[in-house]
Amino acid sequence: MFSIVRSLWITFLHMFHKRETVQYPEQKNKLTTRWRGRIVLTRDPDMGERCVGCYLCAAACPVDCISLQATEDESGRRYPEFFRINFSRCIFCGFCEEACPTYAIQLIPDFEMSEYNRQNLVYEKNELLIDGPGKHPGYNFYNIAGVAISGKGKGENDNEMPPIDTKSLLP
Amino acid sequence: MATLYIDNKPHEIKPGNSLLETCLSLGFDLPYFCWHPALGSVGACRQCAVKVFKDADDKKGRLMMSCMEPATDNQRISILDKDAVEFRAGVIEWLMTNHPHDCPVCDEGGSCHLQDMTVMTGHAYRRFQYKKRTHLNQNLGPFINHEMNRCIQCYRCVRFYNDYAGGTDFGVFASKANVYFGRHEEGTLESEFSGNLAEVCPTGVFTDKTLKQHYTRKWDLTMSPSICQHCSLGCNIIAGERYGDLRMITNRYHGEINGYFICDRGRYGYEFVNSEGRIRQPILHQHVVDREKILTEVSVLLKNSKVIGIGSPRASLQSNFVLKELVGKAHFYQGVSTREQSMDELALAILKDGPVRTPSMKEVEEADAVLILGEDLTNTAPMLALAIRQSIRQEPMKEAAKISIPPWNDAAVREVIQDKKGPLYVATVAETKLDDVATSTYRAAPEEMARLGFAVAHLLDQTAPEVIGLNEADLALANRIVHSLLSAERPVIISGSSCQSESVMKAAANVSWALHKKNKNVGIVLTVPECNSLGLAMMGGNPMEAAFQAVENGEADTVIIMENDLYRHSSKTVADKFISRCKNVIVLDHSHHATSANAHVLIPAGTFAEADGTLVNNEGRAQRFFQVQESANTIKESWRWLLDIGAASDNARIKQWKNFDDITVTIANEEKLFNGIDKVSPPSDQRMADGQRVPRQPHRYSGRTSMLANVNVSEPKPPEDYDSGMSYTMEGSRTLPPSSMIPFFWSPGWNSVQSVNKYQKEVGTALRDGDPGVRLLETNSDSPVDYFKEIPEKFRAIKNQLWIVSVYHIFGSEELSAKSASVAQRVPGSYLLIHRNDSEALKLTEGEIIEFQIKEQQYRLPIKWSDSIAQGTAGLPIGLNSVPYVDLPAWGILKK
Amino acid sequence: MDDAIIHRLWIIAGVLAGLLIVAPGLIWLERRMLALWQDRYGPNRAGPFGLLIVLADTLKLFFKEDWIPPFADKFVFVIAPTIVVVTVLLSFIVVPFAPGVMVSDLNIGILYFLAMSSLGAYSIILGGWASNNKYSLLGAMRGAAQMISYEVFMGLSMMGVVLLSGSFSLNTIVEAQKDMWFIIPQFAGFVIFLIAGIAETHRLPFDIPESESELIAGFHSEYSSMKFGLFFVGEYLGIILISSLTVSLYFGGWLGPDFLPPLLWFCLKTFAFICFFILLRASLPRPRYDQLMEYGWKIMLPIALLNLVVTAGVILMYK
Repeated sequence: MFSIVRSLWITFLHMFHKRETVQYPEQKNKLTTRWRGRIVLTRDPDMGERCVGCYLCAAACPVDCISLQATEDESGRRYPEFFRINFSRCIFCGFCEEACPTYAIQLIPDFEMSEYNRQNLVYEKNELLIDGPGKHPGYNFYNIAGVAISGKGKGENDNEMPPIDTKSLLP
Repeated sequence: MATLYIDNKPHEIKPGNSLLETCLSLGFDLPYFCWHPALGSVGACRQCAVKVFKDADDKKGRLMMSCMEPATDNQRISILDKDAVEFRAGVIEWLMTNHPHDCPVCDEGGSCHLQDMTVMTGHAYRRFQYKKRTHLNQNLGPFINHEMNRCIQCYRCVRFYNDYAGGTDFGVFASKANVYFGRHEEGTLESEFSGNLAEVCPTGVFTDKTLKQHYTRKWDLTMSPSICQHCSLGCNIIAGERYGDLRMITNRYHGEINGYFICDRGRYGYEFVNSEGRIRQPILHQHVVDREKILTEVSVLLKNSKVIGIGSPRASLQSNFVLKELVGKAHFYQGVSTREQSMDELALAILKDGPVRTPSMKEVEEADAVLILGEDLTNTAPMLALAIRQSIRQEPMKEAAKISIPPWNDAAVREVIQDKKGPLYVATVAETKLDDVATSTYRAAPEEMARLGFAVAHLLDQTAPEVIGLNEADLALANRIVHSLLSAERPVIISGSSCQSESVMKAAANVSWALHKKNKNVGIVLTVPECNSLGLAMMGGNPMEAAFQAVENGEADTVIIMENDLYRHSSKTVADKFISRCKNVIVLDHSHHATSANAHVLIPAGTFAEADGTLVNNEGRAQRFFQVQESANTIKESWRWLLDIGAASDNARIKQWKNFDDITVTIANEEKLFNGIDKVSPPSDQRMADGQRVPRQPHRYSGRTSMLANVNVSEPKPPEDYDSGMSYTMEGSRTLPPSSMIPFFWSPGWNSVQSVNKYQKEVGTALRDGDPGVRLLETNSDSPVDYFKEIPEKFRAIKNQLWIVSVYHIFGSEELSAKSASVAQRVPGSYLLIHRNDSEALKLTEGEIIEFQIKEQQYRLPIKWSDSIAQGTAGLPIGLNSVPYVDLPAWGILKK
Repeated sequence: MDDAIIHRLWIIAGVLAGLLIVAPGLIWLERRMLALWQDRYGPNRAGPFGLLIVLADTLKLFFKEDWIPPFADKFVFVIAPTIVVVTVLLSFIVVPFAPGVMVSDLNIGILYFLAMSSLGAYSIILGGWASNNKYSLLGAMRGAAQMISYEVFMGLSMMGVVLLSGSFSLNTIVEAQKDMWFIIPQFAGFVIFLIAGIAETHRLPFDIPESESELIAGFHSEYSSMKFGLFFVGEYLGIILISSLTVSLYFGGWLGPDFLPPLLWFCLKTFAFICFFILLRASLPRPRYDQLMEYGWKIMLPIALLNLVVTAGVILMYK
């Protein structure tokens, strides 16, 4: 009985506390860089598209709102032919960012993307791609991956030896 | 039965198999690389180590490679032993020191055996800090992509390509950790089975190059069990679709037919489905119209004119049957030339009424003596050639069995066999790719081959007709063949329709029957031209000449041509005349060709990817292919179009049929020969035990709410399948489907094709509830032997004429696969194959143009020399697009 | 027409209008007060202080799809929400707002109120039963049990006041408190009446018939649009009723110092109790159903009886 009265009293005293509400459109919160908002596709430091079309983001997506088609340029560098995110389905869980092996797909602190027409929430690659590396400024997947692309032959990565000569029998 | 103790738990096993195979059959997960159920064990990768204990008291045990140890009774092993687990993890870790960091851009990713095994052993972090070894790649042609950096040196590729498939242009180079798998120089892989490297390779060194052009992960494909449409063998395939395009064909294990492999024509011929040459809209007098318009138009035509229907050997039984019903039995024509039809009917008669049964390809692999009469198998029925390459090992393998080497111990068996080969006799028009393993080859005109066959039959059984006037050499060969056949336990005689000579096939039948009389366990295999040739022969129908006659006489004025290009089965002049005489030409097909170009009404039919149907392969096995995708356009199965047309024109019988099952059950009930084809696949209303359908999509299928969002953000209702118990979505039962409707192989922890182990009763044997398909032609071995007696005359060359016979090419001779972009790169140019001496007598050298005439058809072709083709004969690569059809064999009259 | 009748009609109209304006206003009040105690703002966008939220909510309720589930018992389903509103409104007949401002000074005022509140239980039972939904039915059964149980000692607790004033008429009871509010001699009765009143209106913490965490929305799960709105309004009217009865029975009704008119005194006191109701909602968790019943029968009933006996004894002793 006393505890009930006590809780009533404590609740009552909250009348004189400061209110926590942030009056959103007039007042804005500072969002951290880890905020999971709008999804972007970043570029590597050489301004090449980071996305290699590996489909892992699409596979990780619990609402299946990412679809893409991988393709290759003449040199063998992979990139997405199209990359589509249906933000009307997206739940901003960030799994795609976690799945991405090349840091291409990133969620940024922007959530103000409401539309009157649902169709406008379907973002294509040109709307997703930004001109920068996002949260991982130095990373370039092709500097580590063992495939050759234009400007980088076999064995030219930092962690690679030059290609072997199949005719050599030297130890 | 024996007992094997695995981690102290007893298991009932069949002794004799390797421990690895036994453990996998029992359902244990044990990693491996170099072992392959079809290739056997060599113990190279050291990945499948287990602890083997002496007895129950032995606590220490020894690490052994489970693939190299036979399972014995009361044996005690441990998979989970700490040492074994550590050893296996260590092996993976070593392999991964050089494996590149490129899974995201690797086509194997998501269906990669190396990924699976790495996860299975728990290796997650590369401790090795030094640099990675790299390799340069080679361009291996239009089929296979090469990325050597990924290699883990399991040697499976060379073992398949060289040892199993008999390839010669591939090998292993360099030494130690640097070994390199590839060709001695860049260039196209010559083997007809090179595509299997993509499946044999446990990682991404060899991948499907056509897939790369529209790359899709395995988990994103909508897949269906299908049947290869590119020859008569009926190999089982899995067809995968994404974004409305057919993306990939992979092997679908069938214990009796194709086993673990398919040929390159089957794997890469699919691209015609996506090609520009597809008919995608109904076209009425050169104008695209909608579905209703075309239906009313055709039904009006049906009512107001005299209609005949021309079926097709490449259309399903259902399509042919409904067409037959629509136009009436008397007005249904088979759509193949009279000679082709008589060949197919002869093959059917031999298989149906003769006393000798036709073996499956698995049984051919186990044959210990093979006689091939007139078939260039590598080019007409490629997988059969692969089976024969295994069969020649059977006889020498008896040696290995004598010294107790089990057949799966591949390296040891090959050591015993060395270069010894079992008896294989190849009688063909020109050289074949099997010549290198043949005991003897025989090059002659079809008549001569037939005479050799008849002679063999006579030598085996004196009651068989005798061949008069056989020369010494041929008689000696015949005697050798007889000797080999008689000393074999399971001889197989192979012939077929590619010579277009009835006497060759009859000779083969005589040989097999003679052997049967000697109480030999003999089999006869006959190949036929198209995927459903035998089915069409079983269904019956008038010869095409009769159709031409009917239109000529005015008995008919409208023709429905279904999935058939008349210009491939009759000469241009005849076909042109026929089409011009018809008032209305209705063509129902999936791809444009010469006949469709002349059509007044063009209806878009579905390819095997957009259709359900049943085909009968050369073994008489009815098999079902399932639709992969619901087309966004008006493309539908031929039979469904015909059902709609029948309903629109008030055909009382056809109106009752609503789906695939209705037609199939009707065929099974009404046509005696087709009894049982309704048992080929479960009925469409059958569901899995949990009441759900079998999903065509893996559970990781992605992009469902996005792939069509560019068109409309509101997702459409997924298509429903009224013809089978499968769904087009990822929703459905996750238990093992019935073996006739396995859309893809997947098992937890086994994403690659190696998961097929989990779908088999025992590794390498039949699928869980039996291999799919129903054999329609089971012969009665007590049927009386009634030898064919028409022995052809000896072949005599005529001056200034050449006896032209057809030769075939795996890439090019078949109509549909030749439309595939990758296969088209392998199609040879047209030529005339003649003997060097004949050519020199004409004062023509190789490459020069020779002009000749066959009937009214003119030819100007470059000469190709052969040293083995019989003089006075010439080989014409029939079926190539640049070689117009002519009824062969025929005399070609040379022009000066 | 008789002036008295016209006067009475004016009063009826006034009370009705007042109640129907105040009841939706409580939506706003409750949300603002809850927000206040939870360090928030509550509705503050529509109109001054967010007052137009009342209008918005009402409009929203009116424009929602008026859905009757196909499996429901249609007639009963429609009739159920009206019962609660009608019975509560009828109860207001006996509430003395101010001297002379009273629809009818029945001499059985308290009995009449008890009768009406018992009828209110039908609303819940019928609503839950007609919905033909297991959650609704469970809610309805709980509601019925709860209302009938708590009614017993609610009546008993009021008897103390009746004994002191010697009348069932609320007007007389209020006037009897001229010297001393009954809260002082009848403190136990007041507490019991208040608790029972909360249970009667099935307000938090005794909203067991609704208990959304286990029964979706209890007896009104299937209701939408204005049918749901009627339950909603009925609940707020119930709050006002119990508050005004508490004021009348224990806090001297309209009585108060002369600087304010009696009606305002009455309204102020009632308002305070309405706020108390909201404070309860802001601070207390919902008891379990069995706890609720146990509390009612094993604790409240004996205390109510004891209170009655002691009060009667004291009165007998001093008279």
